[in-house]
Amino acid sequence: MPELLRRFAPRGPQLPRVVITGVGLTSPNGDELASYRANLLNGVSGVVNYSIRHVGETLAGVCNFDPLRYQKRKEARRGTRAGAISIYCAHEALKDAGLALDGAQIGGRARDRVGVYIGITEHGNVETENQIHEVAQYGFDLSFWSHHHNPRTVANNPAGEATLNLGITGPGYCLGGACAAGNLGLIHGLQMLQLGIVDLALAGGVSESIHTFGIFASFRAQGALAKHDEPARASRPFDKARNGIVVSEGGALFTLERLEDALARGAKIYGEVAGYYVNSDASDFVLPSSDGQEACMRGALASGGLAPEDIDILNTHATSTPQGDEVECEAIRRVFGASPATYVNNTKSFIGHAMGAAGALELAGNLPSFDDGLVHPTINVEDLDPACEVSNLVLNEPVRPARLERVLNMSFGMLGINSAVVVERYRS
Amino acid sequence: MSNEEVVIAVKDIIATIAPDEELSNLALDVRLRDQIELDSMDFLDIVMELRKRYGVQVPEVDYMQLATLKGCVDYLGPKLAGKQLVQTAAR
Repeated sequence: MPELLRRFAPRGPQLPRVVITGVGLTSPNGDELASYRANLLNGVSGVVNYSIRHVGETLAGVCNFDPLRYQKRKEARRGTRAGAISIYCAHEALKDAGLALDGAQIGGRARDRVGVYIGITEHGNVETENQIHEVAQYGFDLSFWSHHHNPRTVANNPAGEATLNLGITGPGYCLGGACAAGNLGLIHGLQMLQLGIVDLALAGGVSESIHTFGIFASFRAQGALAKHDEPARASRPFDKARNGIVVSEGGALFTLERLEDALARGAKIYGEVAGYYVNSDASDFVLPSSDGQEACMRGALASGGLAPEDIDILNTHATSTPQGDEVECEAIRRVFGASPATYVNNTKSFIGHAMGAAGALELAGNLPSFDDGLVHPTINVEDLDPACEVSNLVLNEPVRPARLERVLNMSFGMLGINSAVVVERYRS
Repeated sequence: MSNEEVVIAVKDIIATIAPDEELSNLALDVRLRDQIELDSMDFLDIVMELRKRYGVQVPEVDYMQLATLKGCVDYLGPKLAGKQLVQTAAR
């Protein structure tokens, strides 16, 4: 591990420790952490039948939060779905953290000392498709092209809408990281807190991807779009009969604070960020690499001074594609093959693949393990694929391990990006 | 379309664009932007809706003509003559 990374690792000697103090989320099976967690423990899927133009009948994970809880109707009309998800998650995270929006301050911080860092897989496809559909009705007369197109499609839109809604005047932008993006938001937020750029970070990932037909059509063209007569059983990582991805929308934002700030205000602490790593496979546009994933896991462990046996829950990225799951399991066997107490689970089996939100939502779904002592399972495994056999894969029912101190959350994305975050139970 | 219908047509468009606003007591001769929250993007939305619903083109030099409801009646009345009233705003 390079010396610089060692010094600036989450708990390196030179930088402050950072903790998670609030969670705001919307998922296909829950619009706040408690119900989401209950559904993950009770085997409740959020995947439903779904129809979208040009593609027709398919499956998706659809969120049911009320955007008007925090937005005026005009604001919701003007903005994007990703913006609405960001605004909802940001408010919910602040509320959960006990950080009030109060005049010139947010939770006691000046508004220019708050940062918004949101991971996205893609942004702008939804609005571009909508506009092309619209002008097609008018013979491609561009006088019918909306003036809202640019503000809706700029890459900072989801974070920017949150800053507008909440009156946050600190940095607010998005990090494009394909399906590894959910971890990127959190990692970047942590870094900005450690560097003293902000005093509070709203960080995580969002996705509006179910509203673009292109993503469904592209996965279908790739032979990677899930099909199943029963929607709840369609996302089935590690099962022999898995046949592709269920595309989902959603979001999860965390409030991140420096440990000393969180302690000073007596905040509830979900966990401490204990390690992270981001790398690139440099091998293929779409196919994952066990080598790159292995390096990413090992990098995250090393950044926290951890060994594989220090990890109690490994939350996989597995998306239910035949090849992707197999490649990931190979990487897991290499790193955790000699770590008998590490349990392996998967959240996409419940909610589908929430793209830029996936890493953040999946981490959020596992944080309550530090309180309830359970590892949520991966569901829909009826016939385990031998190529996906890994030790302690938690199948269909939760388990209660003897020890639960650390979660390693993995996310991988197209163009070969890998991201990993380790969160540890906070002990004073 | 009568003058009354032009007012209904414009208010219906505004109700779509600014759904949080109360429109029942809008004065005819006071600037719309002084009575409800409307910004320049909203105004472009109004112009777009006139184009979509009625095929009416409002060149930029004429935007000021639409500042009040009375201005809308005077300016749009001739352009909307013979057109069918369209109402889509949720009520």
